[in-house]
Amino acid sequence: MTDTTAHPPQIDADDASPSRLRLSGSWTLDYAGQIGTALGGAPGGVDAIDATGVERLDSVGVLQLLRFARRADLEFDVFTFHESHQALVSAIEDVADDRPRKKREYGVSAALERLGRAVHNNWREAMALVGFLGETQIKLLRMFKEPGRFRPTATVHHMEQVGLDAVPLVALLCFLVGAVVAFLGANILRDFGAQIFVVELVSISFLREFGVLLTAIVLAGRTASAFTAQIGAMVSREEVDAIRTLGMDPIDLLVIPRMLALLVMLPMLTFIAMIFGLLGGLTVGAYSLDIPPQQYLARMHETMELRHFLVGLAKAPVFALLISLIGCLEGLQVEGTAQSVGERTTSSVVQSISMVIILDAFFAIWFMEMGV
Amino acid sequence: MSRMSNATSKAMSDGMHPLCPSRESGQPIVSVRGLVNRFGEQVVHDGLDLDVRPGEIIGIVGGSGTGKSVLMRAILGLREPQAGQIDVLGLNALTDDATQRRAIERNTGVLFQDGALFSSLTVGENVQVPLKEYHGDLPDSLRYELALLKVKLAGLPADALNKLPSQLSGGMRKRAGLARALALDPPLLFLDEPTAGLDPIGAAAFDRLIRTLQQALGLTVFLITHDLDTLYAICDRVAVIADRKIVVCAPIQEVERFDHPWVHEYFHGPRARAARTTREAAS
Repeated sequence: MTDTTAHPPQIDADDASPSRLRLSGSWTLDYAGQIGTALGGAPGGVDAIDATGVERLDSVGVLQLLRFARRADLEFDVFTFHESHQALVSAIEDVADDRPRKKREYGVSAALERLGRAVHNNWREAMALVGFLGETQIKLLRMFKEPGRFRPTATVHHMEQVGLDAVPLVALLCFLVGAVVAFLGANILRDFGAQIFVVELVSISFLREFGVLLTAIVLAGRTASAFTAQIGAMVSREEVDAIRTLGMDPIDLLVIPRMLALLVMLPMLTFIAMIFGLLGGLTVGAYSLDIPPQQYLARMHETMELRHFLVGLAKAPVFALLISLIGCLEGLQVEGTAQSVGERTTSSVVQSISMVIILDAFFAIWFMEMGV
Repeated sequence: MSRMSNATSKAMSDGMHPLCPSRESGQPIVSVRGLVNRFGEQVVHDGLDLDVRPGEIIGIVGGSGTGKSVLMRAILGLREPQAGQIDVLGLNALTDDATQRRAIERNTGVLFQDGALFSSLTVGENVQVPLKEYHGDLPDSLRYELALLKVKLAGLPADALNKLPSQLSGGMRKRAGLARALALDPPLLFLDEPTAGLDPIGAAAFDRLIRTLQQALGLTVFLITHDLDTLYAICDRVAVIADRKIVVCAPIQEVERFDHPWVHEYFHGPRARAARTTREAAS
């Protein structure tokens, strides 16, 4: 508040005895800077400070006076305060003593220690993921024995969220990538007079790789983060603990429906992605490469092999498992704070996208070596 | 501190906070007139009037859903009421004027129910947030010491300063929230159910803390509570919200005798009798 009646803090020496100081004005937070300056310029050799003339005093003023007294090696009882300030001064004097030590250390050994901890943490995360995979599978098997544990409603709900709702995005992205692949491919193939091979280029790349890879990457960004945030928020609000104490299993309740939903929906989305990728190629062919759709389709029919489609589709469940497990596991590892939910969500997206790409590379090598 | 001067000035007549209107002026520090709050069809307040006098601890009670928190949020400007006039520290709380709003925000401290500490910052950093916002020019060391001081005033040990809110118990989080609310030495403090969720011993200690701080810092406290012990122990006046209005606002002995079904039920139920007996035994 703009306060017109306040005066800045002031220190004057007493005319009668020079070792006695008189304080006046406002000693409050608004004048903290001026208080510092005034106290810095205060004369030495003081044995009494009369603060009864201070108009306004708050905890900053008292704290600054305490600091001044400590610096000048004065006992605090050299101060005389006005009656109405006594309560404030004694409340602050009572608590202004010990202080905590700084924690974080710097230097080579500390840096090494942090590096070691980071490596150890990564190792632990990898082990946790493998352990989680095993736990989920055992509980999935148990579900066959005790079908009552299965949650059809939750599963269908997640199918809609992760599958149906993602169809437009996946379709659009694949259509565009299909068109780009056809366009760039045709530009190079035209030089060899082999423009018609665009059809094989698009169909093989989409059936084998792009369909499933693009879908998995979209879902890793869209779904893994959603899983982590949903479960993480529940953990931080102790809802997961509540589930446990109610005798239910969070894996049955939260993880398996999400995992099953993704296991069903990711292959379906992959199929849609393939169709739209091929459509992208077809459209570019018709509009700018002078390959009419009839010719395009006939060529595709002649050259397409089922094995490419199967190779692509075979990867989908693996990616689905990976994305859902990483998303759920990161969510379950959230600790209390809102910041932790954010960190875990980022980590789940980064982990799932990179794991999808790494696994896809291994698949490519393996299938090639096997001659499939 | 041994000798007392008899020099007086108008600003420091009775140990009140400097920005508070003086007690003699009869001017309320918060005044609410004709407040109307509606959520769709549901009317929460209909023509509610309330005056908070400088230097008092006023307790707001009422059944669940009677709009205690809505009243506080309206006074704090967190919610725009459908009608009514609210003045805080002589300024219009419903204004769109940014400097006036900021002046009110600068001079009110709020403790939300669970502390509402920023969970990614340590307790010390939490307390320093308002200091940085309003007094960014303070030297770091002074700001740190101020934060430490406020944390200890709120009754926390010094090493709590480096802890994250998630590492504290519920009671300690409330104390940390109180430390942040006090960071700027506001004349006016709002507490939303400060003792809810604390054990009786912790709640009694928190009551004493509020009383001590109120006297030491010359605060005016607006306190929402369900806790009868708090009402008997520290409130100067009690305002009861019922039937969408403040039905009575008076010292607790008068409120007890007030003739209203909810008030009667509240102050003459088994818990109220217990609280009153404790209070009488103590005094």
